[in-house]
Amino acid sequence: MRVEFRLPSLGADMESATLTQWLKKPGDPIRRGEPIATVETTKGLIDIEAYEDGVLTELVSLPGTRVPVGAVLAHLEVDSARSVSAAAVAVPTAAAAPELTREPRPTPAAAPIAHTVRLRLSPAARRRAQQLGLTPQALRQRAAQGGVLRLQDIEQLDGEPPAPGADARAAMRQTIGAAMARSKREIPHYYLGHTLDFGPAQNWLAAHNAALPVGERLIEALLIIKAVALAAARSEGFNGYFRDGRFEPSAAVHVGAAIALRGGGLLAPALPDAHAKDLPTLMREFSALVMRARAGHLRSGEFTSATITVTALGADGVDVLFPIINPPQVAIIGAGAIRAAPWALEGQLLIRPTLTLALAADHRVTDGRAGARFLRTIGSLLADPQAL
Amino acid sequence: MQSNEIRTQVLSLLTRIAPDVDAGSIDPKRPLRDQFDFDSMDALHFAAALSEAFGLDIPERDYAQLASLEGAAQFVLAHLPAGGGAP
Repeated sequence: MRVEFRLPSLGADMESATLTQWLKKPGDPIRRGEPIATVETTKGLIDIEAYEDGVLTELVSLPGTRVPVGAVLAHLEVDSARSVSAAAVAVPTAAAAPELTREPRPTPAAAPIAHTVRLRLSPAARRRAQQLGLTPQALRQRAAQGGVLRLQDIEQLDGEPPAPGADARAAMRQTIGAAMARSKREIPHYYLGHTLDFGPAQNWLAAHNAALPVGERLIEALLIIKAVALAAARSEGFNGYFRDGRFEPSAAVHVGAAIALRGGGLLAPALPDAHAKDLPTLMREFSALVMRARAGHLRSGEFTSATITVTALGADGVDVLFPIINPPQVAIIGAGAIRAAPWALEGQLLIRPTLTLALAADHRVTDGRAGARFLRTIGSLLADPQAL
Repeated sequence: MQSNEIRTQVLSLLTRIAPDVDAGSIDPKRPLRDQFDFDSMDALHFAAALSEAFGLDIPERDYAQLASLEGAAQFVLAHLPAGGGAP
């Protein structure tokens, strides 16, 4: 069965992206979750993944071209029997993010381009296109924008993919601004804070890390992420999406980890199935995710799949971070800096490492009481770190 | 190994784990945290890279000594078997 491989939406406010590179060529077998193409967005370079097994049969878009969300990038031939069974599995994974599988944005104008536009090339353009090995489909898409294709159009099509612009940071700032404005406009946030004794977690971590080579050690932020993931899996109303006027809970917890970029900007790609992975596995994935986010090279599924987000300021932060929900999610946890502070315990005044967690949650889904239970659940998990 | 060689290698390890840092702009004496939003994940990657490249065991309590480029180079010098300063 022939299926269309479309440019997915990688964020509420994304309208288009520039195709920078094909990672596969026609005839290549494709596995679900495998990156097929790289596109450039305001969030940096992103690998777009296949959401079904199959064979890549035809490339429609050319590197260097700007394509709208929902436009066909390529065609795949998939085994229809397997396709049906894959569709029956409703559990979202990082590779098959809900926005990719369930809601390819309809762009009726984009799909037929590859088949209906009659190709008109000047002779020089035709020769050059052949030399460059450009596909007729790609030429048709370009031709659909109007008129006869001339030599300069072909040279342009073959041009180097545009380098990340000098204003990439400004574009990212705009993206963040648009997403947060939407969040503040649409989501009735409520906020709760909870300060806890981080001593047990810190002691456990020190003992755990002491026996390990540097490369296998864990960091504090990972314990917070795992505790949030487990608490989200055990609570109702904090893990999932609010779409089309209702809350869609998710059984799996894909934790978006907010990653600050040097010089400004922020990304929150997903750690898939964080509730179900052991700490060493999660640490390896978290570590690789941070590296790829900072190198500006994430995968499409990582942008669309997070069901809840954790943002931690780290050691040089301040006491409390009041976070803003990342739509269409319904909750986010902000972690302040861990710092020594006076702490009352069983009638005694002690100095303990303390951590303040702040929850922002969606009042359309839950109330403060449920939020308080959720925060307390995270707190008790961090008090008993062996259980993480 | 000469101390200059070590400094060069430490710098190249730093730019490998944090490719988005401008190597030319690094003040070797200032804490990396103050210069580049260096966070705990960066600190871990840096320690892991040093540990692997120089064959050093770096306990967590020593991470603070790796806070600046110069601090890290001094730490390596002091702990290399041939450096003479190993405990």
